[in-house]
Amino acid sequence: MFEGGGIINELFIERLNYLIYVVLLLIGLHAMIAKNNLIKKLIGMSIFQTAIILFYVSVGVKEGATIPIYLPEHDPHGSHASHSDGNETEQSNHGPVVLDAELVKGYSNPLPHVLMLTAIVVGVATLGLALALCLRIYQGYGTIEEDEILAKIEKQEMRSNPSDVLKSADSSKQATSRSAKSVSKPKVSSPRSSKRSKASPKTKAKTTTTTTKAKTSGAKSVSPKRKVAASKSTTTGSKKSPAKPKTAASKSTTKAKPKPRAKPKAKPTARAKATSNAKKATASKPKPKTPKK
Amino acid sequence: MMENAIAWILIFPLFGSVACAILGMGNKKICYPIAVLSMAGSLWAGIEALRQVIASEEHTISYIFGGWTLDQYPRGVGIEFYADILGILITLVVLGVGLIVAIYSKLPVQEETPGKEPLFYTLFLLQITGLAGICLTGDAFNLYVLIEVAALTGYGLIAMGSNRAAAATFNYVMLGTIGASLYLLGVGYIYIKTGTLNMIGIQQAIEANGLADSATMQVAFVLVGIGILIKMAFFPFHAWLPNAYCNAPTTTSCLLAPLVTKVMIYVMIRMVLSVFGVEFSFESTMWVDVMPWLVVVAILCAAVMALAQREIKRMLAYLIVAEVGYMVGGIWIYNYYGFIGSIFHIISDACMTLCLFLGAGLILRKAKTTKFDGLRGLFGKMPLTMTGFFIGGFSIIGLPPTCGFFSKWYLITGGMVSQRWEYMVVLMFSTMVMVVLFFRLIERIHLAVTESGENLGHGHGDLGLNAEQTRFDEGPLSMLIPLLVSATIVIVVGIYNQDVVSLIEIFLSDYNLPRGTGH
Repeated sequence: MFEGGGIINELFIERLNYLIYVVLLLIGLHAMIAKNNLIKKLIGMSIFQTAIILFYVSVGVKEGATIPIYLPEHDPHGSHASHSDGNETEQSNHGPVVLDAELVKGYSNPLPHVLMLTAIVVGVATLGLALALCLRIYQGYGTIEEDEILAKIEKQEMRSNPSDVLKSADSSKQATSRSAKSVSKPKVSSPRSSKRSKASPKTKAKTTTTTTKAKTSGAKSVSPKRKVAASKSTTTGSKKSPAKPKTAASKSTTKAKPKPRAKPKAKPTARAKATSNAKKATASKPKPKTPKK
Repeated sequence: MMENAIAWILIFPLFGSVACAILGMGNKKICYPIAVLSMAGSLWAGIEALRQVIASEEHTISYIFGGWTLDQYPRGVGIEFYADILGILITLVVLGVGLIVAIYSKLPVQEETPGKEPLFYTLFLLQITGLAGICLTGDAFNLYVLIEVAALTGYGLIAMGSNRAAAATFNYVMLGTIGASLYLLGVGYIYIKTGTLNMIGIQQAIEANGLADSATMQVAFVLVGIGILIKMAFFPFHAWLPNAYCNAPTTTSCLLAPLVTKVMIYVMIRMVLSVFGVEFSFESTMWVDVMPWLVVVAILCAAVMALAQREIKRMLAYLIVAEVGYMVGGIWIYNYYGFIGSIFHIISDACMTLCLFLGAGLILRKAKTTKFDGLRGLFGKMPLTMTGFFIGGFSIIGLPPTCGFFSKWYLITGGMVSQRWEYMVVLMFSTMVMVVLFFRLIERIHLAVTESGENLGHGHGDLGLNAEQTRFDEGPLSMLIPLLVSATIVIVVGIYNQDVVSLIEIFLSDYNLPRGTGH
């Protein structure tokens, strides 16, 4: 096997396709699991699916074969056919005809390619749906970085805890105990997120004031906060990842208002601006003020 | 029309979804009746198909789309739908759950996703089409497409919830795509080796060409297996499930929770028994040595995590993960009784999970919370709902008249016969955890003492609630009746367990499974 560079030959020349497919598959898998940005994850997903398509297409490749459409000399319904067997019955003019094994050799197998047409369609559908989800997430949380989303979710849950339960006495106790448990999660947020929270000091000042209001007045007063949320999302949107979310941001400013359902969700984004402060904020739970940077 | 019953099972929901999408643009109110009617039609076709399957000689029906008859063309030309007893039973479960949830969905859909009813019901019916198709198809690649149909619609349904749901769905999309793609890759390797995608054709090729030792087939088996395990939320791959099901709209979690994971377990049974064959799956691979231990870890972790939850829906989500462990274990202890238990547990678990999630939806609607501390006095307020909910709970625990008892009985018998003691022990342990879970819930409802030990009541029997909070106040009938029906089904399936088991035995008699102490 090793003589004459046999293994090199086999790996890099005869089976180069398969090698590339494995490498692509792993690149895609790595991106899907390890990347923090949701769009990068989606790019990884596309690479992952494309790798599988490459695999299938490689399976279907055949040296010197042609597309599986009857060659003129094989066509049982064409002009050649009438010469070769004139006595063919009326019935055999319809429907598929089985060719001899010898004749089939010149055609490549269409099945893997056809399967991949379906797989491509499925992949496009998945990608489209995932992009739509990204848009939703961006409108809801104002970011598409996974760690920041997690931190915001964490904060949101902590805030919603006390208001959910009927009696406040026991539930607040429970909420604090749970928040103490879940403090460990925001640790995930990378130093990058703290950088970003510096991005717009003006809106940040506004958010701190509105959040204190939110604490005192319960969950009812919404309108000023929502404005902040919208303006904030535009600023962050223009700051980072300018490719896609820019349009999303501009949309969210215009669209956020008529949608009544976006209300309670848009709220926390204003407050959760200072994501890197999540840890400190949870530690000092009873105090409504978010600590300054 | 009768001879095409298998096709009708899919045609009803498929065209129903198209009708919802088109007619729903004009009148949103029309979607709900369309959904209920197409589900009813589909269920009727399903029952008809079951009758035909039982009546047929070999207890199978082969239905090839597009007129590619088996006597004119070799097997594998055209897409074959292949209904044996297993497939048709699980299809009936899918359709039954679909019908009940469709009836239940009237109010929650209007309230939680106002203005989006046509979209919701379109996805709902497509989801049923995908799931029922998975159970019926006889083609490995077709199975992939249908898995993706079910998954994509599932993503859409879950993401209709809050923003939190959208974030959870994104994780689900990632893991779901990895799972389905790995399955697709495995199918590619199968195709390289066997040259066919037809499930029966693959099985015949493996036997005829002696592919049991082929490395390619081993790789295919691992890829397909891991893909399915990810899709069914088996323990290390379960991360997508709890968040997705907890934050989804009520109706969505009622539909997906009982069905998606169970249908994937059906796929695993199908792969193990019908595609790769008993001999290949259990003799040529190492899975039979490894999987029972993975199952032990899975059940233990899921049960402990369920114990840590303080919220009904989240607790139920972890229970699903534990139940998945039960069923996978039933397959891999490699025993006749284990398989009976596993298949029966698919049916009973679908019934009882449905029951629990319907109940949780009603509780959420009335009590405005599903956290444990908000449940005080609910038995007085909504006795019927809580009765239905706890019938589901008792079935999860495995109390005798309910179906959960009998399926667990077969699983434990299988573990005993094949001398998989670790599996038996962990089943017992998780049963005890579930006893704790549900009786703790009952305690929370009946006692004034909160989790933190604080007493809110004054004296014996006082829950610390005023008359307003304990007044009889049941949920709307369109939601209550499906819950009570599903609770009845849980008990009826339990009482008539022998009939179900005898059907499963007919199916398993085709396969050579060890009945005594084998391994």
